[in-house]
Amino acid sequence: MAEYNWPAMAERSWIGKRISRLDGPQKSGGRAKYGSDMNPAELLHGAILVSPYAHAKINSIDTSAAKASPGVTAVITIEGAGKEIQWEGTIIAAVAAETEVQARDAVRKIKVDWQVLPHLVQDDDLSKAGSRAKPAGEKIQGDPDAAKAAAAFRVSGEYGIPVLTHCCLEPHGQVIQWKGDEIVSWCSTQSVSNYAGDLGGQIEVPATAIKVHQDHIGGGFGSKFQSDQWGAFCAQLSKQSGGRPVKFFLDRNVELMIAGNRPSHYAKITLGADKEGKITLWESDSWSTGGFTGGNIPPIPYVFTKIANQRLSHNAVSTNNGPQRAWRAPNHPQASYLTCAAIDDLAAKMGKDPMEVFLANFDLTARGDAYTRQLKKAAKLIDWEANWKGRGKNRQGHIAHGLGIGVATWGGAGHDSRATARIHPDGTVELECGTQDLGTGTRTIMVQVAADTLGLPMDAIRLKIGQNAYPPSGASGGSTTAGGVSSSTRIATTDALNLLFEQLSSSLDNTPAANLEAKNGRIQVKGNPSKGMTWREACRKLASPIEALGHNNPRNPRGLNTGGAAGVQVAKVSVDTETGVVTLDKIVAVQDCGLILNPKTAESQVYGAMIMSVCGALYEERIVDELSGRMLNADMEFYKLAGAPDIGEMVVEMEIDPENDARGVIGLGEPPVISGIAAIGNAVANAIGVRVPMVPLTPRRVLDAMNGNGRIS
Amino acid sequence: MSSPKEQGKHKGSKGEVSRRGFLEVTSAGGAAAATVALDRPAAAQTGAQAGARIAGPGPVAITLNVNGKMLKVNVEPRETLLDTLRGPLDHTGAKRVCDRGTCGACTVMMDGKSVYSCTVLAIDAQGSKIETVEGLTADLKNDALVKAFVEHDAQQCGYCTPGFMVAAKMLLKETPKPTYAEVKAGLSGNLCRCGTYVGLRGAVLEAAQGGRA
Repeated sequence: MAEYNWPAMAERSWIGKRISRLDGPQKSGGRAKYGSDMNPAELLHGAILVSPYAHAKINSIDTSAAKASPGVTAVITIEGAGKEIQWEGTIIAAVAAETEVQARDAVRKIKVDWQVLPHLVQDDDLSKAGSRAKPAGEKIQGDPDAAKAAAAFRVSGEYGIPVLTHCCLEPHGQVIQWKGDEIVSWCSTQSVSNYAGDLGGQIEVPATAIKVHQDHIGGGFGSKFQSDQWGAFCAQLSKQSGGRPVKFFLDRNVELMIAGNRPSHYAKITLGADKEGKITLWESDSWSTGGFTGGNIPPIPYVFTKIANQRLSHNAVSTNNGPQRAWRAPNHPQASYLTCAAIDDLAAKMGKDPMEVFLANFDLTARGDAYTRQLKKAAKLIDWEANWKGRGKNRQGHIAHGLGIGVATWGGAGHDSRATARIHPDGTVELECGTQDLGTGTRTIMVQVAADTLGLPMDAIRLKIGQNAYPPSGASGGSTTAGGVSSSTRIATTDALNLLFEQLSSSLDNTPAANLEAKNGRIQVKGNPSKGMTWREACRKLASPIEALGHNNPRNPRGLNTGGAAGVQVAKVSVDTETGVVTLDKIVAVQDCGLILNPKTAESQVYGAMIMSVCGALYEERIVDELSGRMLNADMEFYKLAGAPDIGEMVVEMEIDPENDARGVIGLGEPPVISGIAAIGNAVANAIGVRVPMVPLTPRRVLDAMNGNGRIS
Repeated sequence: MSSPKEQGKHKGSKGEVSRRGFLEVTSAGGAAAATVALDRPAAAQTGAQAGARIAGPGPVAITLNVNGKMLKVNVEPRETLLDTLRGPLDHTGAKRVCDRGTCGACTVMMDGKSVYSCTVLAIDAQGSKIETVEGLTADLKNDALVKAFVEHDAQQCGYCTPGFMVAAKMLLKETPKPTYAEVKAGLSGNLCRCGTYVGLRGAVLEAAQGGRA
């Protein structure tokens, strides 16, 4: 079997270079077409009726007036009489009409008789959950009671991190046409290759009858793996409308209610340490909700998994809210916040610099050397030594300054991916793969790898992705795409090149394929560049196109990709102690991710993740009204995201060195989004002298904490 | 004092505009625009009776000046400029994200001023010069801002990017040499979920050839 590897760092022509993303001009100029931009001929528009109640039963539903409404071509009842609804925003019925306003008019004519039932929508107070809270995990390790008695230092705290919504800017939805035996979906999906099977299962048609097209997707973040119920009813609407295509994308309010959220996590945590500051005890009572199904136990203690004595207990709280979906590094940002906040509070209790305490305990992690190296680098980049003062001791007038630390871990090995490389007699090269570019730069790294392998300029590669007609490639989730597609591309292009070499051997004095190389647009004998020919001349000797299928098998990635990213972030904040407003002054990320294919797009991932952390630490949370059961901020005015002026100075330090490079490719979607909230939360505690238990750190919560009323709500 | 519409979206060099304050300006601009259009004689409302100037409620035939071309389209008076551009006119650069005048993804220029096209009715855009991102970056290969966006990787998923492009064009039109603070303020009417602000700030500063400070 052929050997596959990455070229040595010094011998790369495109891999590892700061290449601008290939679809940048199309995106910047508004030419890139997303599913929501498709306007095929004869297009109809969908609209939906959703439940205004968090918990209710449908006594009856009458769609007759909607069916008779002008322009209407089809009406589908999704939740009929007798159905019990468990969250606001549940889709009850869908309409297709000639225009969008006509579809909305028709929806308003649907009559539903509701029986409103009692709901639970808030999750911050476990004592109010009653029977809706269910034990969901216990663990005892070592001897926590003895460790508690023996601890020289002990600190207990309450911490909370709320439900966030994905808030993808392109809402969930699709344009879909079901005409005769064929369905075409222009969708917004993180899983081009699996979409057809998923949709086919819902509507009972074979996957082979479904064509999927997606050139671009306007955000997913873990919420767009399925074809979803809107894929199914939109297809039915199309079929019932004589095969005309139907466009349906969720409105912003419904998008925020039902199209995915990140579960909350709350915990009462006790840490114990010996007199040298070594952590000896972790105790936690935690609970969480991701909607009606409750919420899983977070991976705590996070990163510091080797704490000798642990006692954990977790409750899953079922609430009447829209269901959770995977959210960029599922449960990790929450776990990082809970753990790092507790360690920071322990350091304060000991009267020590948290930098010292984190460093002293990294031997309790799986990659102590990496974290130690990274935290020292980060400390230098934020000038920790000069800037750090004890809690509440760095004030100038009414402005308090502080520093904080967060740590992260992630897997990120490549997913199952296939790609076909095809070399034509005219010298052109095609690379086909059923993957998707979420805006991470997938297109760009694939072309870099192909061009580097074939010794060609990047514009010689014609890349085709975003359709299920191409070789299947995994869903883009869990930071698996970069490793997957780079490896399948490397294997496919290496094998295709070897096929070309074999056919050229006779023209080059029977030089064995193993002694040929492709470099600078030429095929030549290794060590004798003058003996060879141009790429074009070489390809002209082909009687017909040659192609090779590359497969990254996650069980045997052949050294091309691996998992295990480590990262730390440190933040510097200013807090106005009169208003409670927190300003992020600076945040530094030090991150490894193995062989970095493209530092430019890699840094963009880290910048973006840090900005998302700023949103989570300071601004965004789902707010639900206890009385009405409704989401109060299902919009973008009050569901707050950071803007360009809110993010402070950002410094990204990617660890590019031979040791990390030798590990192979590791994905980067999740790792940098994990530790920023912890870092900012700890920086605020350092600034104002007390812990603000609940994020986001709104002015009210900051002032409450300063007044001794900090609580997890 | 200029009218809200003339004030436009950006206060330019007058300093930082908060997102909220900025919205007040914009939505007031939308309301003013509505009044202006209805006062305009023969504002192309088919079936309108003399003096009443009532359009609709059914579809009316209107003509919009988009990127220098006169485009005819039938819309209901309640339909937004955004939906009209994206739907029947197939100019999909402007995106529908919040649909409530918050996020800026639908930003276009109307008579040289940036507006949220989700807050403008299509019938009120008659007689105005509408420029979409496609028109403002017609020379895609050589456009300095496009080049700077690409060089600084000022986009990820790219769904907010066209709105930022129009906001950046507006900013540099009013303030050709912005300070860093002015760049941040000029981009503060738009939101991004992937987190591309670092690249955006760098791109706009570079396109402005370094700015003033």
